[in-house]
Amino acid sequence: MAEGSGLSLHVEAYMDTARSPTQQAATLEAIVSLLQNDRLTIEAMAREMGLYLTTTDAIIRARGIFLLAEVLSRLSLKPLDKVTIHSLIIFFAERLADWKAIRGSLIGCLSLMKRKEKVGRVSLDDTKLVLESFLQSIHVQSLGQHDRMLCFELLECLLENYSDAVVLQGNQVVYGICEAIDMEKDPRCLILTFHIVQLAAQHFPDPDGPLSRVAEELFEILGRYFPIHFTHQNAEDIDITRDDLCHSLMMAFCSTPFFEPFAIPLFLEKLSSDLPLAKVDALMYLKHGYISYGHKRMARYAEAIWPLLKDAIFLSHRELVLSFCLESLDNPSKFQNEIAAGVLTFIEMAVRQNDALFLDLILGDTDINLIIKNMNSFRSYTEISSEGKQRLYVVGHILAVSAKASVACCNQVFDSIFPPLLKALGISVKDPYLIHLQAYELVDFEDLNFGTLFLSVLLLEAARDLIMVSEKSNPLLDESISKTCAILARAYCSTLVRNSHQETYDPHIYLSVKGLQIFATFPGYLLSAQENLFEDILDMLVSIITQNFKSKFLWNLALKAIVNIGTYINKFSQSEKVTSFMAIVIEKINSLLASIEHGLPYILKLEAISAVGMIRMDYMLRIIHGIEATLFTSLSELYIYGNAKSSENMVQLMQCYSKKILPWIHESGGTEQIPLQFVVSLFNQIEGWKDFGSGTKEKEVMEVTMEAVKFAVGNCSQRSQFILIEKIYSMLSLSSYFSVKEHLYTTLPIAMESLPLTHDLESLPAWDEWVLSLFASVMIALHPNTRIPNLRASIHLFSRTFLIGHISSAQALGSIVNKLCPEQNGEGSLNDCSMEEAIDIIFSHCFIHLNSPSTRCPDKSKISFSDIFHNASTNKSLQINALAGLAWIGKGLLMRGHKKVKDITMAFLEYLLSADGMPSNKVSLQEERDYTLHISALKCIADSFQILMSNSEECLNRKFYAIVRPLYKQRFFSTMLPILQSLIVKCDSSLTRSLLYRAFTHIVCDSPLISVLDQAEKLIPLLLDALLIFSEDHTGRDMMYGLLLVLSGILTERRGQESIIENAPMTTNCLIRIMAYPHMMLVRETAIQCLTAISTLPHSRIYPSRTQVLESISRVLDDPKRAVRLEAVRCRQAWFSLC
Amino acid sequence: MMSGLINANPVVYEKKERRVRSIPANLDDEYTVEPIDQLEIFDHLRDIKDPEHPYSLEELKVISEDAIEIDDSNSYVRVTFTPTVEHCSMATIIGLCLRVKLTRSLPSKYKVDIRVAPGSHATEAAVNKQLNDKERVAAAMENPGIVALVDDCLAPTYVFSK
Repeated sequence: MAEGSGLSLHVEAYMDTARSPTQQAATLEAIVSLLQNDRLTIEAMAREMGLYLTTTDAIIRARGIFLLAEVLSRLSLKPLDKVTIHSLIIFFAERLADWKAIRGSLIGCLSLMKRKEKVGRVSLDDTKLVLESFLQSIHVQSLGQHDRMLCFELLECLLENYSDAVVLQGNQVVYGICEAIDMEKDPRCLILTFHIVQLAAQHFPDPDGPLSRVAEELFEILGRYFPIHFTHQNAEDIDITRDDLCHSLMMAFCSTPFFEPFAIPLFLEKLSSDLPLAKVDALMYLKHGYISYGHKRMARYAEAIWPLLKDAIFLSHRELVLSFCLESLDNPSKFQNEIAAGVLTFIEMAVRQNDALFLDLILGDTDINLIIKNMNSFRSYTEISSEGKQRLYVVGHILAVSAKASVACCNQVFDSIFPPLLKALGISVKDPYLIHLQAYELVDFEDLNFGTLFLSVLLLEAARDLIMVSEKSNPLLDESISKTCAILARAYCSTLVRNSHQETYDPHIYLSVKGLQIFATFPGYLLSAQENLFEDILDMLVSIITQNFKSKFLWNLALKAIVNIGTYINKFSQSEKVTSFMAIVIEKINSLLASIEHGLPYILKLEAISAVGMIRMDYMLRIIHGIEATLFTSLSELYIYGNAKSSENMVQLMQCYSKKILPWIHESGGTEQIPLQFVVSLFNQIEGWKDFGSGTKEKEVMEVTMEAVKFAVGNCSQRSQFILIEKIYSMLSLSSYFSVKEHLYTTLPIAMESLPLTHDLESLPAWDEWVLSLFASVMIALHPNTRIPNLRASIHLFSRTFLIGHISSAQALGSIVNKLCPEQNGEGSLNDCSMEEAIDIIFSHCFIHLNSPSTRCPDKSKISFSDIFHNASTNKSLQINALAGLAWIGKGLLMRGHKKVKDITMAFLEYLLSADGMPSNKVSLQEERDYTLHISALKCIADSFQILMSNSEECLNRKFYAIVRPLYKQRFFSTMLPILQSLIVKCDSSLTRSLLYRAFTHIVCDSPLISVLDQAEKLIPLLLDALLIFSEDHTGRDMMYGLLLVLSGILTERRGQESIIENAPMTTNCLIRIMAYPHMMLVRETAIQCLTAISTLPHSRIYPSRTQVLESISRVLDDPKRAVRLEAVRCRQAWFSLC
Repeated sequence: MMSGLINANPVVYEKKERRVRSIPANLDDEYTVEPIDQLEIFDHLRDIKDPEHPYSLEELKVISEDAIEIDDSNSYVRVTFTPTVEHCSMATIIGLCLRVKLTRSLPSKYKVDIRVAPGSHATEAAVNKQLNDKERVAAAMENPGIVALVDDCLAPTYVFSK
């Protein structure tokens, strides 16, 4: 069998040290696969290898054993019978004594010992044999790193999986471990040794057992490693961190109480050392040890631990910055310092484990008592020395974590700070239990000092957090505490009142507000005087909101506190408080909008209202009601009376509604009823204006209203959108200017001409413009699947209105063509009009309007845009409107990838080219005026490419369900670039050329860089030419900046650099000229940056320009702007060091 | 060359935080001139490395913001530096670095004056004379060894830091 499989050849090949490692690995794989496929048995292989395993030549023997072991380690899942395993393990165990072939034996033993029960496991007797052989023959520390690691792995495996055998040989094992791990230094081995000690500790828990006898020696070996000093931070070959080592050493230390007498003194010694790392580690070990060894054993150390803890925390905080920022109002303040945080977690744990002992130590401490007793001496924050602040801060936190441990602790801590607290409140100590005292009797307090404020707020926070997490069945706080608390709350209020005039940031105010917030969030059943206390606090805070708006800091704090209280009540469902909150806060703040008496700035009113409403949905519903009412009334007043002052408020209110409130409702899962109801009511309101005759057109108000309507409609379902369309149709039917009745449009386009329509948006009555704008907004935000009745008529309407300059109509048309279903074969469409038809309607309108009346209407199907423009010579002012509008329609088509967009862009380009034939000498005034108009029309066309390419917030985006074809920008860019390129090359007139470059710039700047890079070679000459043309005057500066950004994008990519190399001299020359562009700093700065980037290109291409660059850059060193000068210095250096 | 360091153990001070300039109120103003000032000069010089130590001149307090006098209208700047020890033979190299850096960073119309702080160096007059002698500076910059040393010291100042 062996011969048939060619084993001997493989083995010989493996033994041949002249072969490469890959060949040897291949032979190993071949042998393994023979065994896997049962074409060879292990026995046969061992017999075949015979001499290799026993020869006196150490090198061959080692290699032979290694081969057998490697093969076995790869067969860990192949079942083997008992006899085979027995003979193999006996062999390997005996070979452990053969130190020249140790690695093979170790791998062999390890792979056999690791086998699972179902594939054949090593028996107990054999395990004993392995263990004996291991302990007797191997001296671990004399081996190399890898062999040591194998030894430890074997030991770990024996301890983990063969505890019976290990326990039987207890003494030897423990001594063996001590010997093996002594003086180990390699981190990978150390992790294993720590784990071995931990396992051994689990196996020998007996106080008279083998481990307890050597505990001291063993700890001496381990103790040397503490605290872990690990310098291999960035070693790539070792994936062990200091934290791993630290943790596993800790587990070893804490694995058995036998280590306790040696470990704790060591930890304490390190805690008092100067090394911060040692302190942090000692605290962590101490905490873990406290839990593992048990608090009974630890009790005797308590007195030794406490002073060390105190020193550590006091010394850790030399420079302290107390934070009184808005965000921390709801979060307990935390220590940034690791030592201090470690001390506090230890104290919290220790007090929880053994409350009496540690708490007595803390409360009995003279330093702490001194601070508590003298807390009244810390009068004002600014007067306290930084050391005093630090001590106060530390003591406060120690007391707070102790109080947090349990209710009993909490009571005890409060008792301790009672006398000074009462003194601070001006109550005599004769009546310590306050039996005769009612909270509300105390009206006037002295101003609370900072020490009292700070300590009481910290402790109250701890108490609240404790009660929040504990169950209701727990005993409550002492009654005397509750009473003091009530008095404290009044004291906070009075502090606030006294300090409220301060306009700046003030810790006293911060702490008072925080204290009030904590009281208001205490669980309801806790404090006896609670009912009116809660309401009083809310009253206090609300009165700050309504009256104290001059102090911005206090105002913000109060608002934040109110929001926090509301959120808290909501989170812990304290239903009894919800009613009060609703009555006091929501009602009062809601009434702010309507009232004018307080003089609170409008913007603050809105801030308060929206913040309070966002606490929960039913508050919001209440608030929305008020907002909408105000909104509609002021909108009507504005329309009818035209009050400019209220228009400003109106805009703010509407923006708050559409940007804050509606999105919040949408995000918190509110129903669509709210936006729907809003739009319906708005429409009703506006419908009512019809009777007032002419009103005012307030452009800004109209814009924000449209924005709100768009957002609201976008959030409605298709059903509700349909309702809204019906509604707006009925309004349109009231207008004398437009109508969407289908029958009017059966014969096109004659019927349309009969309709009256002005040629000017200004002369459109206000009411009609409002309705039209709202109609457009609704159309923009519609879902593609919403059915639109009378769509054809609507398209007719918009087609007429966009031509008189109503941009929203054009946007609506763009949205319609973007979302409309294309014509399908015979299938009934959702609407009465297909997309193709819609486009035809729009274009025929353009034609008629731009045409001179004398021209006859050609066949509808043959209308092209170029006709439209060419025939439109008489109506120049209309042209600009039409062009801007067409750009939006083109955008709609472009985004969905419709081919018709090409017609529009081609028409644009042809029109641009028409600039060629313009007369250069203007004779009459009329001609002059025409010329200016014509130029602006041309610029408008060039800029319409920006509309086409850029992303719009107003319409045609994901929010309004636009259909977006993937990569549409890339596609458009790659179609347009060759066309523009050939046009520019052919063009003779400078005007046309600059216009074409304008269009080119818009397309390039808004295209993704990746597509620009693809065409970089073709693009760069154009881009440089465009830059030079724009640099002639100041009008093109933004476009220059855009182009330079594209250029720097190209320069940063490898592919782009290649194409720059081709044009290096040209690019350098161009940039040198632009560096002196006087009209925009960013242009100069970016040009210099590009030039710096060019200096990294291959030497031979750029060296010729070096002198020229250096000459011009030294002129730029005198630039008026600092940023440019700095760039110039860098660029100069880059080119200077080129040689 | 000397075997040991001249000042083997200098006092290292903390770097001052980079002062952020207040943004001009009117961002749109493209044409206002921002004059070259003390801080700008200091920003050019602060990161120059000491020829002996891996610290910057700022960290060793060889130069400070107050030691720079500037008159932008007359295109004049004077930098006064303080060597770490009185007999520092590196003073001329430091001075040369300062001069080279400023010539490379300021418009050519500027006149640059470099001097050792009065009383801070044993051969103060000689050093000052050497540093402000055009011929000698030019000659020094012909020496490839000195050029390499100066470039090495100036290298950190060109690292992009924003």
